[in-house]
Amino acid sequence: MNKEKSFHEPLFRISKRDTLPWWKMLLAYAGLVLSAFVVILIVIWAVLGISPWKAIIYIFDGSFKSRGDFFDMMKDTSILLMIALALTPAFKMKYWNIGAEGQVLFGGFACVVCMMSLGGKIPEPLLIVIMFVASVVGGALWAVIPAIFKAIWKTNETLFTLMMNYIATQIVLYYIKVVDTIKAGNLPPQDFGRIPLIGGEKAWLCVISALLVTFIVWIYTKFTKHGYEMSIVGESENTARYIGVNVKKVVIRTLILSGAICGLVGFILVGGIDYTVSAETVGGRGFTAILVAWLAKLNPFIMILSSFLVVFLTRGTSQIMMNLRVANDFFSNVVIGLMFFMIIAGEFFIVYRVKIKKFDLEKLKFWKRRKKD
Amino acid sequence: MKKLLTIVFALMLAIFACVSCGDGESKKEKVGEVEILPALTLEEPDYSGITIPETFKIGVICLHDETSTYDKNFIDAVKRALVDLKMNADTQLLLKVNVKENADCTEAANKLVTEGCNLIFADSFGHEKFLKETAEKNPNVVFCHATGTNAVSYGLDNFYNAFASIYEGRYLAGVAAGLKLKEMYGDKDGNVSDANAKIGYVGAYTYAEVISGYTSYYLGVKSIVPNVKMDVKFTGSWFDISREKSTAQSLIEGGCKIISQHADSMGAPSECEEKGVPNISYNVSTYESCSETFLISSAINWTPYFKHIITQTVKGERITQNYVGTLKTGSVILSKLNGDVAAEGTVAKLVEVRDKLVNGTLHVFDTANFTVNGQKVTTHNVAGLGEAVINGIFEESKLRSAPYFDLKIDGITLLNEEV
Repeated sequence: MNKEKSFHEPLFRISKRDTLPWWKMLLAYAGLVLSAFVVILIVIWAVLGISPWKAIIYIFDGSFKSRGDFFDMMKDTSILLMIALALTPAFKMKYWNIGAEGQVLFGGFACVVCMMSLGGKIPEPLLIVIMFVASVVGGALWAVIPAIFKAIWKTNETLFTLMMNYIATQIVLYYIKVVDTIKAGNLPPQDFGRIPLIGGEKAWLCVISALLVTFIVWIYTKFTKHGYEMSIVGESENTARYIGVNVKKVVIRTLILSGAICGLVGFILVGGIDYTVSAETVGGRGFTAILVAWLAKLNPFIMILSSFLVVFLTRGTSQIMMNLRVANDFFSNVVIGLMFFMIIAGEFFIVYRVKIKKFDLEKLKFWKRRKKD
Repeated sequence: MKKLLTIVFALMLAIFACVSCGDGESKKEKVGEVEILPALTLEEPDYSGITIPETFKIGVICLHDETSTYDKNFIDAVKRALVDLKMNADTQLLLKVNVKENADCTEAANKLVTEGCNLIFADSFGHEKFLKETAEKNPNVVFCHATGTNAVSYGLDNFYNAFASIYEGRYLAGVAAGLKLKEMYGDKDGNVSDANAKIGYVGAYTYAEVISGYTSYYLGVKSIVPNVKMDVKFTGSWFDISREKSTAQSLIEGGCKIISQHADSMGAPSECEEKGVPNISYNVSTYESCSETFLISSAINWTPYFKHIITQTVKGERITQNYVGTLKTGSVILSKLNGDVAAEGTVAKLVEVRDKLVNGTLHVFDTANFTVNGQKVTTHNVAGLGEAVINGIFEESKLRSAPYFDLKIDGITLLNEEV
């Protein structure tokens, strides 16, 4: 029996593909998203019993049914994009900042404190400038505390930033408890310090800021010395030290930037959209942004697409649930989770080639005969 | 290791099996839930002549989803109203759940407007100001809001508040609790010693709705046991299972013989079930999970209100700006009474008291029945609303639908404020 030949090769072999040309890459990803869509349409049809055609209409209705929907979608996309962009520099440095939720919230908290304590006492433009500064400083502060600990004492930044989220939430809840005069547990929207609407829509402020931030992050990570140092630290700390990069400084500096962008988002959420703060102001977007950033491979421009995809799907499934009067969010969360699971899983097949062992028919027959004996 | 685990699990299973067997045998014969308060003639308008056009749509905005007892109460109510009005629930109802109390609410309301809703309803206090933004821009759509306080001050023609005189329900539940207290600790003349005449209440916030609720409940108990005292402790949250549980525990350890609560979780009822202390629930019957201690529960039934706003909108007539549902309209209801826990004669007494409340011979906040700092209350000015005490009666929910009774009356001790 020819043992060497028949049992040597494993059933699957995985090898990395050569880099595909950009248009092939694009086609592959488009195909991936489309096939994931087909699967969720089938799931929706199987569970909720609405035809795929109707489901598609509902999903598009979620973002494009009216002018208001469109602007809300733009607003949501911009906010999510900005948080993802805030995470990008830190992630490039392989600093796992999962505290965007808390950094945005703390920025918004700083903003609301200014609104409530200074509102009506100083001119509005000055108030808005102070709010802006306070938010950015607040966000940066919340990000730099774990960064300092990481740089000096090598603490685990994942746990630290996560804990900072809870602290921010509790500070906000405590503040509401102290200042809420009605004692109903929430803070009404403030009248002073509202950022003026641009073009009559809240969305424009978000869109313009998002584009600015995209551009800045792109330049910073790609074309500046800071950005270069950052990626060296991410590749190898020892190499960075060897070529004379001050790792501690880079970590702290990058996290200040990361936190400042989060603070800016907090400023926009509180000063430009809600005019108040609650524990749910950020609403989990600090975590969703991690997904957005990773789907885009930390590329700021692809992030525009990935954040749109997340928002588009969220709004689409929520539209389906509204029209079908499903009184909970469980299923829409399952659908969204399924979609991204499939995209990430499918990506594997774009990056790697899987070879299945070729079976030799003759040998197979021999094996069958042998078993009979 | 595996073997050890297997043995441990097997033992646990065996013990569990024994415990559940034992339980089954020791159970005494149960009376079960007793249906009470039969046939109160409701003052319900005649809706039979009204047909709702097929194009009519109602949109409902909820703070949480159906897993919250508070929101489920609204969702169930609107569905019942649709059935009663022979509307098609598949096409005429749109639901937005998990809508936060920020710009999300404005967004959700805008969305419902673009979906063609003629009537939009939001269920949480914090939604009000955000709902108003949409209401201002859409004068042709009607906006209704439960528990809100600002319909009058907004001055909009399409924005309405609603609540119910739930203090009547609380009072009745208090009467049932008083009878139970008397049965447990009363001597042969029915007197309860001062040490035993103590009850406890788990509140959410030091907020008028909560104050009005526990005061009416206390007055209900007091009408049966005149020397009763009540301790109130606040959790600082509308929904916090562990804190409500520990608060109930500390009240029980402090000598409270009966517990009631105004918070939305199962924390307090489950603690009472463990300690064997009778519990008065709110908004939902906890009989299923707490059958040993659940006594009775008062609740708001929103179906009459939904019917009112739907038909008025269809007819193009004004909705009551500050709607108050009452016992009479079927908006304030009591759950079934737990026959195994309730004292004898509770049903008859409840019917008697209820009828008095309905025909106006008894008022919950009659100033003859309570004092503040030892003084009888003769006047009370509610900020922005005016005089509340009229002819010796504190007129709760008359000046506006949401409760505003916030007097701290004698006999009730607040163990903490707001926290």
